[in-house]
Amino acid sequence: MSRHQYVRNLDYQDAMDEFEGFSEEEDELSPEDRALMNQGVADVQAALGVEASKVTVAQIEESLWHYYYDIDKTVTYLTSKFINPRPKATKPAPQQPNGKSVTSTIDFAPAGLSLELDLHPNWATKCLGLTDDAIPAPRARPSLSHFFRDMPWGNIPKHRETTFIPPPAAPGGLLGGSGAPPKMSKLQALAAARKKKAEEKNAVNDKVEQARMGVKELSVKEPLADKANLSTAGPFSKRLKTSESAAQDRVAPTFATQPTQPEPAQPVEVAKAPEDELPLAKAQPSAFAQSLFGSSSNTRKSEAPRDELPDIQAQHFAPPKIDFPFCVGKAPKPTPTSIELGPAFELSKRKRDDSEGYETTVVLYPNLPQFVRDNFAQPSPDDIVLAAQAQAKGKAGQKTTAQPKKKGTQSTEAVTAGVNELKIDDAPLPKSRNLDVLSEFEKSKSKKTASFVVVGHVDAGKSTMMGRLLLDLKVVDQRTVDRLRKEAETIGKSSFALAWVLDQRSEERSRGVTIDVATNRFETEHTAFTILDAPGHQDFIPNMIAGASQADFAILVIDASTGAFESGLKGQTREHSLLIRSMGVSRVIVAVNKLDMVAWSQERFNEIKDQMSGFLSSANFQHKNIAFVPVSGLQGDNLVRRSSDPAASWYTGPTLVEELENSEPNARALASPLRMTISEVYRTMQSPVTVSGRIDAGSLQMGDAILIQPSGEKAYVKSILADDAPVDWAVAGQNVVLHLSHVDPAHVRVADIICDPAKPIPRADTFTLKALAFDFLMPMQVDVHRGRLHAAGRIEAIPALLDKVTGSVIKKKPKIVKPATVARIVVKLDGLVPLEAGQRVVLRSGGQTVAAGLLE
Amino acid sequence: MRFASKRQTLEGIDEEDGVSLLIVEPEDMWHANNLISVGDIIHAPALRKVTVTTATGSTIGKGVRMNLSVKVKSTFFDPLASELKVSGTVVNENEWVSVGQHHTLTLRYEKADIKFTIWKKAGWDSVAIQSLKEALSEDRPEAIAAVVMQEGLANICLITEFRTIVKQRIESAIPKKRSTSKESSSGMTAFYDKTLSNLRNAVDFSIPRTLLLASPGFVAQDFRAHMQSEAARTGDKSLQRIAKEAVIVHSSTGHVHSLNEVLKSPEVKKMMHDTKFTIETNLMDQFYDRMRKDDGKAWYGTKPVEKAIAEGAVGRGGGVLLVNNAFFRSMDVATRRKYVALVDKVKKDGGEVRLLSSDHESGKRLEALGGIATILTYPMFDLDEDEEEEEGNEGNNSAEGTMVL
Repeated sequence: MSRHQYVRNLDYQDAMDEFEGFSEEEDELSPEDRALMNQGVADVQAALGVEASKVTVAQIEESLWHYYYDIDKTVTYLTSKFINPRPKATKPAPQQPNGKSVTSTIDFAPAGLSLELDLHPNWATKCLGLTDDAIPAPRARPSLSHFFRDMPWGNIPKHRETTFIPPPAAPGGLLGGSGAPPKMSKLQALAAARKKKAEEKNAVNDKVEQARMGVKELSVKEPLADKANLSTAGPFSKRLKTSESAAQDRVAPTFATQPTQPEPAQPVEVAKAPEDELPLAKAQPSAFAQSLFGSSSNTRKSEAPRDELPDIQAQHFAPPKIDFPFCVGKAPKPTPTSIELGPAFELSKRKRDDSEGYETTVVLYPNLPQFVRDNFAQPSPDDIVLAAQAQAKGKAGQKTTAQPKKKGTQSTEAVTAGVNELKIDDAPLPKSRNLDVLSEFEKSKSKKTASFVVVGHVDAGKSTMMGRLLLDLKVVDQRTVDRLRKEAETIGKSSFALAWVLDQRSEERSRGVTIDVATNRFETEHTAFTILDAPGHQDFIPNMIAGASQADFAILVIDASTGAFESGLKGQTREHSLLIRSMGVSRVIVAVNKLDMVAWSQERFNEIKDQMSGFLSSANFQHKNIAFVPVSGLQGDNLVRRSSDPAASWYTGPTLVEELENSEPNARALASPLRMTISEVYRTMQSPVTVSGRIDAGSLQMGDAILIQPSGEKAYVKSILADDAPVDWAVAGQNVVLHLSHVDPAHVRVADIICDPAKPIPRADTFTLKALAFDFLMPMQVDVHRGRLHAAGRIEAIPALLDKVTGSVIKKKPKIVKPATVARIVVKLDGLVPLEAGQRVVLRSGGQTVAAGLLE
Repeated sequence: MRFASKRQTLEGIDEEDGVSLLIVEPEDMWHANNLISVGDIIHAPALRKVTVTTATGSTIGKGVRMNLSVKVKSTFFDPLASELKVSGTVVNENEWVSVGQHHTLTLRYEKADIKFTIWKKAGWDSVAIQSLKEALSEDRPEAIAAVVMQEGLANICLITEFRTIVKQRIESAIPKKRSTSKESSSGMTAFYDKTLSNLRNAVDFSIPRTLLLASPGFVAQDFRAHMQSEAARTGDKSLQRIAKEAVIVHSSTGHVHSLNEVLKSPEVKKMMHDTKFTIETNLMDQFYDRMRKDDGKAWYGTKPVEKAIAEGAVGRGGGVLLVNNAFFRSMDVATRRKYVALVDKVKKDGGEVRLLSSDHESGKRLEALGGIATILTYPMFDLDEDEEEEEGNEGNNSAEGTMVL
């Protein structure tokens, strides 16, 4: 599992909960602590003066404990927290009986940071036997202290302030795992996985815990022994032991032998460090402390944008704090056994030691910082064993058997868990809301949707015109266009800037030609339009067919400049017009473009209008369905706004957008079984199989089972996006994105058809077509196009020549079909393709459209 | 292919002794496939698995090399492996095999020349002689490698004089245009990588060989640019040379049948003028042109062609008969005789006869027309008139039958 996968899967809630878990310790202080505490309370109260009445003794004590009897910090803390609380302070600390760590509850970021940094100097001071009076008391600087109220140690004389240099990250990240903070070390990963596991076993462990406590109550000797132990070891021994066991606990799963090895080395290193850093100890973290914690705080800063992550990391980085005192403590308090004994024995000895330490500290140090106690949220495996032994009634039997599993198979379990997450089939089926989509659709008073395809001869200015339209409609902003213009100028094609709004592929830009259909959206008052900007180049007609198959109506762009119109009429102006007509588009708006190049000549416009009207009506467009608009795509005249050019004042008809709004989208086959042609398949975060396309017929909703043809695979709709917004259902005519589940991406390809499993679309490799011939047809090889589908096939037979109007058979088995005649032809494909009567198919051969027709 | 004996000539074929041939190159298997038809007798080396019973009664299976004569029941040609499997019954007995047992001979090109002997059941007619003549011709040009491609689809083909072999078909999903162009271009790069590695695996470039890259749009150019940058990146000299010498041709799609356009292109014609397939491609084009003009000189389908030949319309001065060679391979002797008679008649009239293989693109076009077509010396009309009446019903039935939805 990759690291960020891991972070993603990490249960934040779990990790946070860890800090809340353990609260039933008894409040008990050692005599030494008590003495220090009393002294401290008095000092603090003196320092606070009048304000002292605003805080309770308990609060003072708690803060003192927190700051290890550092009067200054306690005062600052109390002042900022209770006396002059900042508005953000949410939860007053006194409500938390054990002085839960600031990190876990209040105002996470600043408080947590300050805590990390100021804890450790105090550890150092304490360990080295420094007393309170060794710390300077700069109480006379209220302004500065106010400035540093987030950083209670901050009352440092100016001359003693140092620049914090981020320490070099410890290689390998082993010194308590703080080496490479942004990354999750294996150790941390394991620890987190273990925590998760442990959480699951909470219930079991709680029982064990109760049982253990029960046994303890019966035992009279143990507390006494503890007392004795305590007096010899000094005030910190308990805490040291806890940290020791904490470290042990944390390290144990991966580095079984680890605890024995670092011991000889670490105490030496650490014992030296605090001495060297003596003057610094009061004011700022030691170098060692910095190396341990500074890096984590650095992480915090450097990773600020990743807002949630740093907190999590801070939590994971908390454990190192314990390591430090542990190491320091090791030197003054040599474990008697660890010196003479071999590693193996030492390990076992230590383990026992740990468990003792655990039991005593639970009793004696309820006010331990939260993160220390967290390490004991779960009893160590040995505790379980001890508890079970103490009981010896077999009551805890099944719990102990469960426990070794946790220890031994930790890593494998983590891996299995990871693998399980990868399995798709484990995901539950998407829930269907069983809506009646059609009635929902009736109810919803949404705007009507319409899509149109922009066609025309190559270089007629289709993309530029659409770019200008989007700019004028504020779908794209001027800044984007300016940026594109700059980019276009660098390769010497500044006039292509508007086209680049739609032509986003690098080949398209470098060659200045649209290759694939670009889809974009805009809305007017009444209608939500989908633009399909088709390529004009002859070679990319398959893509144009794909676009036209999704369109309700078309804009035919014509280059009005001299010669260009004429050459276009022989080329793709003609072919595209015939294609869109045979694809079922009946309304066409002819945008006579580049009229500014001929000085808005009305004669030229009329000439083109006359010729095109003739041609289009011969291509079977009805006269009322043809509209002509003189435009300038580059300048934007008559697209959204009327032309301001006086030379164009002769035109008073509607603008292009007005014409678009006048166009009625085709009637949708809402009640028919679902059919959707896939125009794209890609991966997204939501689903590895995300498909987009237009629903040709029927409707679908979230949770629906669908069938993908020709593969015949079943899939489920996990979610639906329409116009980039999640929706519960979609109906015919909408362009949607579907996130599918329970299907292998190998079975889903572009041009496949998604259909209703109850009424699937049949597959066939042979079909009969009633075709209008554009060229001579005879048995020959052809390319078959249906939307995105592009398959190789051949005309196998021509059973009959039909009458254009009545459809009756004129001649059987003709040898050849002449252009502009209608014939029934049989086409055989190389493979199985989803086909159904009523579909519109285009046949091409040698780069020419030879026929188009309706499946019979 | 070569005669096994130096004294053997085309003219001096002895029907009794059969013809012994040596397989000298992989392409020969294709010729052998054309030569061998059902009912012929083939004598060739074979490896037969036999079971031997030892003195103790245990049985051991082992392969024994022997020469077997087989009366052909069926043939199977594997174009990719260039391997011909001939199955039939054994006609000469030996220690291991008795007469009537089945055996499948596998003929393939190996390092040492393999000799096989063929006895034609129907005798060595003109078509068989023509096939043999083609098979014997030497110093053929090297096969041309061609990649016909479009976005997300590439067909790697080898074009030899006699056939087109699709070595590999590569399909890959290219992300379509969405908000980012990165995915799409990385998709194309992956596709080019896949195509290039497959091309180098499928085609041996150690011998000088022309490479044609054909595509609509800019795919072929981009692919060559990709090859060049790959060559520069890896410092691969041979790839550099291949990329430099690659010829870019326009085709309208990436499907294999676009090879027709490729073969028609001036670039290819220049390189391979007068080879069998360019001539055939030209003839097919001529035929289609005449069909378009509807000048009564082009006809297809068995009946009209038969009629035209019977009238002597396919003769001197431009008469061409195009027949798919499959007609002579798998059909029964009577049908074969009929077609051989047609061929002989055209030859007698001074017309040209072309046997097109459906392994070649022009042959596939002919196959679509029913396998037989002709260009007449003078126009004839209504050759299909009376046929329409007979076949009218049949045609309707077949139309309904094919609409299997």
